[in-house]
Amino acid sequence: MSIDAARGSVRIENVSIIFGDNTVESLALADAGKSRTEIQEVTGDVLGVHDCSVDINEGEILVLMGLSGSGKSTLLRAVNRLNPISRGKLTVHCGEETFDVGACDDRQLKQLRMDTVSMVFQQFGLLPWRSVADNVGFGLEIAGIAKSERDVRVTAQLALVGLSDWADRMVAELSGGMQQRVGLARAFATGAPILLMDEPFSALDPLIRSRLQDELLELQSRLGKTIIFVSHDLDEAMKLGNRIAIMEGGRIIQCGTPREIVNSPVNKYVADFVANMNPIAMLTARDVMAAGKPDGTRGQSPLSASVTPDTPLSDVMDALARRDGTIGVIDKGVVTGSITADDIIRGLTRHRR
Amino acid sequence: MADFITAWKIPVGKWGRSFFNFLTDNFEFVFDAIADSLKFFLDSMIDGLLWLPPLVLVLAIALIGWRIQKSWRLALGIVLGLVFIINQGLWKETVETLVLVISAAFMSMLIGVPIGIWLAHRPRLYTYVQPILDLMQTMPTFVYLIPVLILFGLGLAPGLLVTIIFASPAPIRLTYLGITSVPKPMVEAGLAFGASKQQLLRKVELPAALPTIMAGLTQCIMLSLSMVVIAALIGANGLGKPVVRALNTVNIPLGLEAGIAIVILAIILDRICRVRIGATS
Repeated sequence: MSIDAARGSVRIENVSIIFGDNTVESLALADAGKSRTEIQEVTGDVLGVHDCSVDINEGEILVLMGLSGSGKSTLLRAVNRLNPISRGKLTVHCGEETFDVGACDDRQLKQLRMDTVSMVFQQFGLLPWRSVADNVGFGLEIAGIAKSERDVRVTAQLALVGLSDWADRMVAELSGGMQQRVGLARAFATGAPILLMDEPFSALDPLIRSRLQDELLELQSRLGKTIIFVSHDLDEAMKLGNRIAIMEGGRIIQCGTPREIVNSPVNKYVADFVANMNPIAMLTARDVMAAGKPDGTRGQSPLSASVTPDTPLSDVMDALARRDGTIGVIDKGVVTGSITADDIIRGLTRHRR
Repeated sequence: MADFITAWKIPVGKWGRSFFNFLTDNFEFVFDAIADSLKFFLDSMIDGLLWLPPLVLVLAIALIGWRIQKSWRLALGIVLGLVFIINQGLWKETVETLVLVISAAFMSMLIGVPIGIWLAHRPRLYTYVQPILDLMQTMPTFVYLIPVLILFGLGLAPGLLVTIIFASPAPIRLTYLGITSVPKPMVEAGLAFGASKQQLLRKVELPAALPTIMAGLTQCIMLSLSMVVIAALIGANGLGKPVVRALNTVNIPLGLEAGIAIVILAIILDRICRVRIGATS
């Protein structure tokens, strides 16, 4: 599978989305810092998103994260203008082309949706009267691509998501996890460099969800798409996101790498999220180790194993479980720290402040 | 007080009459042309089907039933039912009714489905159209038999028109329902991949709404059948004729025979057109 030549990025600048007829008045209230409820009482409009700015770089996964009603899906849907942009600027760059999404005419918008930005839905959004292959080819069909070429591309996409044997089945015969693979293949098939994913795994069983997350990361390492991923689950966000933007009440309240979010949550809302997460997936040896050489005053026995600072914490724990003792952290040939069972416990609970 | 209210009667009826007088005075040729062409169309279809030996037509209908529903029992039922009708000597009337019902249902769908689609994308307008649909279905049929009679004369053509007026709200309502209840993720998926309004309609909305639209067709046929007797009052030939005659002469056997024939026809048409839920979704 070749990596698509065209790469894409998205720039969201001060974007606000209002649902209703009194946009100007509602925006003024939003600017004054009024909450969604207050605005709705005064103007009857619903504040979707207010003054959000975030850049999504080439080949990056940005997770929009928040509780339901925080505006994350609303903001996502502005990128291909399924939602209107009331104010602000949203630009999509793809190769030589630049789309000012809010100002696109019908033709440009169709272009944008056909081959620059594609989308995966929480409820899959598959068409049940079509076979798996015809669902995957849906976007290509809309774009008017000839049947022969469509077949070639559909076959390749089905192989990519491991559904080659299911091509002629109806989608209703597939399990939820497989249906979402069809959704993924359909989104990949258009070759769009930018992928919008609206809680794509939320409707799935935990085990299947975890497997699809792994598959997405594996595919991403090969395809290098630019992905905006909406999730309400911080564990999922930590696992997938290069960066996470946390939203509340239609506003982005913190944006940063998973590590930045865990180490310095800006307010209680973020801290509550962080307190309830499982940090194992994100932490590495560096996060839990006691700096300096192992010393006898900490009651440390001779080193039982050694790891690098970037070794995932789960591997460190495995090593410790196999053989009790102290683990040395070795960076470029120098022992820079040590890890005991106590250090791990401290590291795992440190984020609960 | 009551005198005060009745003192000046609002001349609704007179207005209506003036309106129809205006129509007959100025556009009679239009209505005549419509009536004549409809009559020609219906008559040639009836003549064509009656020219066939009855058993051939019976087998053809059974074959259609089998092709659509893939059921031998249905085909057998069709043959038995129709042979019974032939046995009762009501074959000619049955063919006339069949042509009237199928033409009315076809034209109602032809009018109703596009209007339903059109309204589905204009929900506000639908709230205004709804009372008109209610009026078409609840206004006692006899009331609009009178103007239709004046404008189009006696016979099958006015019978067809009355039936269309009565039956077309069903496909309008059900097409509207089908299209407005297409799941949002499907519509969004269509839009997100760049579908134009036309593409969205053809590739997403219509296929998703098809079972509901087909339910509209079945309803349409049943409503058309229920108009058979009333259409007979304005001279439309068919199974309604013997019923009306039986009523006027208090002829129980004739009424029963024609009534059973109508029921058989209704069951056959319903079973042929029934949408198998689950086959499409």
